[in-house]
Amino acid sequence: MKILVCISKTPDTTAKIAFIEGNTKFDESGVQWIINPYDEWYALVRAIELKEKDPATIIHLVTVGGVDAESIIRKALALGGDEAIRIDSTSNDSFTIADQIAQVAKEGVYDLILTGKETIDYNSACIGSMLSALLDLPFISLADHFELNGNTATVKREIESGVETCEVTLPVIVSCQKGMAEQRIPNMRGIMAARTKPLKIVAPAVSSATTNISQFDLPPSKSGVKLIDPENMDELVKLLKEEAKVI
Amino acid sequence: MVLVYIDQADQQIKKASLEALSYGAALAKEIGCASEALVFGTVKDPLADLGKFGAQKVHQLKNETLNSLDVKVHSTLIATVAKNLNATVVVFAHNINGKAIAPAVSVKLGAGIVTGACSLPNTQNGFVVRKTVFSGKAFANIKMETPIKVIAINQNSFGLVEYNSAATIVEIKLDIPPASIKITKVEKIEGEIPLTEANLVVSGGRGLKGPENWGILLDLAKALGAATACSRPVSDTDWRPHHEHVGQTGIQIAPNLYIAIGISGAIQHLAGVNRSKTIVVINKDPEAPFFKAADYGVVGDAFEVVPKLTAAVLKAKAAN
Ligand SMILES: Cc1cc2nc3c(=O)[nH]c(=O)nc-3n(C[C@H](O)[C@H](O)[C@H](O)COP(=O)(O)OP(=O)(O)OC[C@H]3O[C@@H](n4cnc5c(N)ncnc54)[C@H](O)[C@@H]3O)c2cc1C
Repeated sequence: MKILVCISKTPDTTAKIAFIEGNTKFDESGVQWIINPYDEWYALVRAIELKEKDPATIIHLVTVGGVDAESIIRKALALGGDEAIRIDSTSNDSFTIADQIAQVAKEGVYDLILTGKETIDYNSACIGSMLSALLDLPFISLADHFELNGNTATVKREIESGVETCEVTLPVIVSCQKGMAEQRIPNMRGIMAARTKPLKIVAPAVSSATTNISQFDLPPSKSGVKLIDPENMDELVKLLKEEAKVI
Repeated sequence: MVLVYIDQADQQIKKASLEALSYGAALAKEIGCASEALVFGTVKDPLADLGKFGAQKVHQLKNETLNSLDVKVHSTLIATVAKNLNATVVVFAHNINGKAIAPAVSVKLGAGIVTGACSLPNTQNGFVVRKTVFSGKAFANIKMETPIKVIAINQNSFGLVEYNSAATIVEIKLDIPPASIKITKVEKIEGEIPLTEANLVVSGGRGLKGPENWGILLDLAKALGAATACSRPVSDTDWRPHHEHVGQTGIQIAPNLYIAIGISGAIQHLAGVNRSKTIVVINKDPEAPFFKAADYGVVGDAFEVVPKLTAAVLKAKAAN
């Protein structure tokens, strides 16, 4: 059993969102970086749990990013995983990123590829689905349970009106969300071990971007809250009806 | 031609797809081409009605096996149809199924993609689509560089536009590729308004103290016809189901009205709800950060305020 977990570096959830260079670039000054929560809490931890059940499992982590992504990938290795691959590209075009990962996936021949359901910075939710097209593999999105039985996986996924259980023969790509695993905190032993785990750097394959960010902007701020007397809920209902026109 | 993929659940067309269709029709008008729809499976709704939302033609691939999602199968078929029809833009709703399929379709078409789009493209200088980023805390304008484009539009970001016309229906015949997954069980959530489609949402936080106190919130939701949501600690402690968790690490919603009860308004929570048109905050702490993001605020004890609000809603409804 060989698992590839896709890891993305994202700003901490409390990071101040601001832009520089004429609003063309995210302002990284003072920003703390974290492993994208969905990648860490659900995809990576589920892979680790599978390895705990079957120690013969091999877990590789892959990230597409510059040198500054290495501290994030080491953090991920401290939680678990056998080795990591950093593809040396700073593209933020989803297709380019998926295309790079697909190259690594083809070479590594994995039984299972796990991603988070989306990243909390660009919220594109593209990589798993794109990998499915690039590698011609089945894709199950928004999974919250994953069990293995030999070469067959049983996966629960969210659908519009509830939850569906699917069976799929490996290899498969799964995007993970809440419920998949319990969040973990790295321990000292993990942190020490991560220092010596192999981190392979590969040059990016040629891939041309299909999209480019031309400019960012921020939503207009609210004009200020109107406070309503807690004894006068008729007033609030009236405002929602007549002023906001939402009920 | 602009081709809009119409999503269904339980053989019913999703509202998000009607919005995607409205968007596709407006886009087709702007770039001067036809707007057509693509429906998979055996849908019960009358398809000619899709004309009301701007589809001139509806292409239908009527096959029962397509009623539930198999990304490999669906994306292959959508890409084939888009190629056969020479679609230049393929539009999806950025909902559960759209998120799963649209990126695969874009790869198969060699098309650039923008997911989470929230406005019509600006075609003055190229083709620039605006999307939400940082979980709703900002927007990015994305220049699409490819001749064929895929756009997945955020729910509740464009609205429904109605026309007075009917669509013609064209049946497509295509071989269905073999299934890549087998669905063994479906568990339905009955009788609830899906959170992402709801116009009105009532949401509760740790301030409600425990699951046994949710009755007052549910009563208000029922009076309004609203869906229910909650903050992360509430779903983490299993006071409420996971699918109600909104925020940066939950789901992101943009209803017309979001009523937050006993929620402090942490930045991660706001990220999931700040695109709501109107926000009402009920919190006993006047310093709660949520008030800064609110349109209307009530400083008071939820256990007193919420039943009063429910009564006021019911009174107003009865008066109508
Ligand atoms: C990486 C990360 C991701 C996160 N993602 C999310 C996310 O997606 N969604 C999310 O919600 N959170 C998220 N959080 C957690 C977030 O930081 C907050 O901890 C959480 O939103 C707080 O939930 P709360 O408002 O229900 O509880 P609290 O912060 O405890 O607030 C309870 C509020 O209730 C009020 N209150 C108490 N009693 C009453 C009463 N009787 N009447 C009226 N008001 C009352 C209090 O004044 C207080 O403001 C995330 C955190 C991290 C670190």
